[in-house]
Amino acid sequence: MSRIDWKPLLLALVVLLGALLLVQNPSTWLTLTIAGLAMGLLIFLMASGLTLVFGLMDVMNFAHGLFITTGAYVAASVMRRLAGPAEAESLLANLGAVVPAVLAAMAVAGLLGFFFERVIVRPVYGQHLKQILITTGGMIVAEQLIVAFWGPEQMALERPRALRGAFIVGEMALEKYRLAAVVVGLAVFAAMLVLLNRTRIGLLIRAGVENREMVEAMGYRIRRLFVAVFVAGSALAGLGGALWGMYERNFTVQVGAHMMVLIFIVIIIGGLGSVGGCFAASLLVGLVANYVGYLSPKIALGSNILLMVLVLLWRPQGLYPVGRQ
Amino acid sequence: MADALLRLEGVHTHIGHYHILQGVDLAVPAGELTMLLGRNGAGKTTTLRTILGLWRASSGSVRFDGRDVARLDTPAIASLGIAYVPEAMGIFAGLTVRENLLLAARNGPLREERLEWIFRFFPPMKKFWELPAGNLSGGQKQMLAISRAVAEPRKLILIDEPTKGLAPAIINNLIEAFAELKKTGTTLLMVEQNFHAARSLGDSVAVMEAGRIVHAGRMADLAADEALQTRLLGLSLEAHQ
Repeated sequence: MSRIDWKPLLLALVVLLGALLLVQNPSTWLTLTIAGLAMGLLIFLMASGLTLVFGLMDVMNFAHGLFITTGAYVAASVMRRLAGPAEAESLLANLGAVVPAVLAAMAVAGLLGFFFERVIVRPVYGQHLKQILITTGGMIVAEQLIVAFWGPEQMALERPRALRGAFIVGEMALEKYRLAAVVVGLAVFAAMLVLLNRTRIGLLIRAGVENREMVEAMGYRIRRLFVAVFVAGSALAGLGGALWGMYERNFTVQVGAHMMVLIFIVIIIGGLGSVGGCFAASLLVGLVANYVGYLSPKIALGSNILLMVLVLLWRPQGLYPVGRQ
Repeated sequence: MADALLRLEGVHTHIGHYHILQGVDLAVPAGELTMLLGRNGAGKTTTLRTILGLWRASSGSVRFDGRDVARLDTPAIASLGIAYVPEAMGIFAGLTVRENLLLAARNGPLREERLEWIFRFFPPMKKFWELPAGNLSGGQKQMLAISRAVAEPRKLILIDEPTKGLAPAIINNLIEAFAELKKTGTTLLMVEQNFHAARSLGDSVAVMEAGRIVHAGRMADLAADEALQTRLLGLSLEAHQ
């Protein structure tokens, strides 16, 4: 018997084909689709950790955007110091700039996540209102610390030379950076699937999202697992922030806070605690934002809210609800 | 009577403002199946959850295998060799039968002889090995919950109303499995409302009322004393068959 619920994937297919009919020009459609997939996969990187954090421990972390901001700022600082290799002709030299920048972004965001879990989140387990207040407050304070350290000006995060420009195929212009973002996003998703479905830790995470109490009654310390997931989720947000920073090229300290709106939409549409749902929802949100932005820019801002409303009318628990107890 | 593997003395448990357990004294003899009986709301489930630390005892002692566990947290208590089958079964619906059992085997891979035992008494577990547990029927879910509890040798298994809502054929299947499990020397503490199952399986019995143990003794003695049954449980065991 199949374990995959295909209906949400059919919805994505309907969106793709519907957009093709409305856009009419296949090359424009493909360009928009790649842009949508890239945007969706970057959102997935930022959102996947948060959905697991919520699923495992019912923690509403409104400060998740801080890890995105931190990732973007740290990556920008490292890239600035590695401007030489980033501007070189060689792809290898470019990677010598991007990889350390991304790793530093993940490491600092992960460390910050560890600190946040210990100091901010731990005292308010099980108290949703306090979680919202204290994580929001923590984010405001941390944002001001970032401003104090890096300054209030816009930060620039230039892409390495090899990822600038586009591949021209016939009438289509396929932006290199977006293709790279698609590859990274898919690779992270595949790694998460392997971790969740092929390892004992993954098994525990999936079980913990469904029924935390029963996992503890079986002798496992779910809180330790939660700390690990929180740190990994923060590091992934840092990765997402670094890549999003390069995607946007310029950003302010508000970059993470702005992304949180899309991230919450994705988590709700996908089903709280569901990584697969988060992935499907991220792609839908990215695609819809790009198609609507092209077809009807006036309603582009509200298109994702409309998408969320429609999905929740169809499936009130999200696309892939987790059977939580 | 064998020595007690588990002993509760003067255990009080509060849930919010409610004082649920009001001084529970209970001894569970090693190697026996002890039935915990009582009317709804008497505190049976709270007793099981307090033993496992899912609800913390406000006072009193819970000694398991010679050690006071009342101040330990749930994972530490479970790691001492206690398995728990809650009333709601607690299966992981999104995980397959195999994955549910893999999680239950905390100390290494699933042992072949354990799996054979499980498959002998609960054939659907083999048949639906790779099926998500959420797709199983109610009876099959209960089989999985019990299979999980016996996936590794445990000193004590706490079981909360395993026959609730199940068809008679499945109940008989479970009774047979528990009878076989008793032969392995595993100690069981079972909450049960089905008195046919209680009488046929129980070695010893404790009856609860209003958060206290009001009777403790041999199951055979209670089964033979209709007046005592009526006084403690409101109805005789015969009337419940």
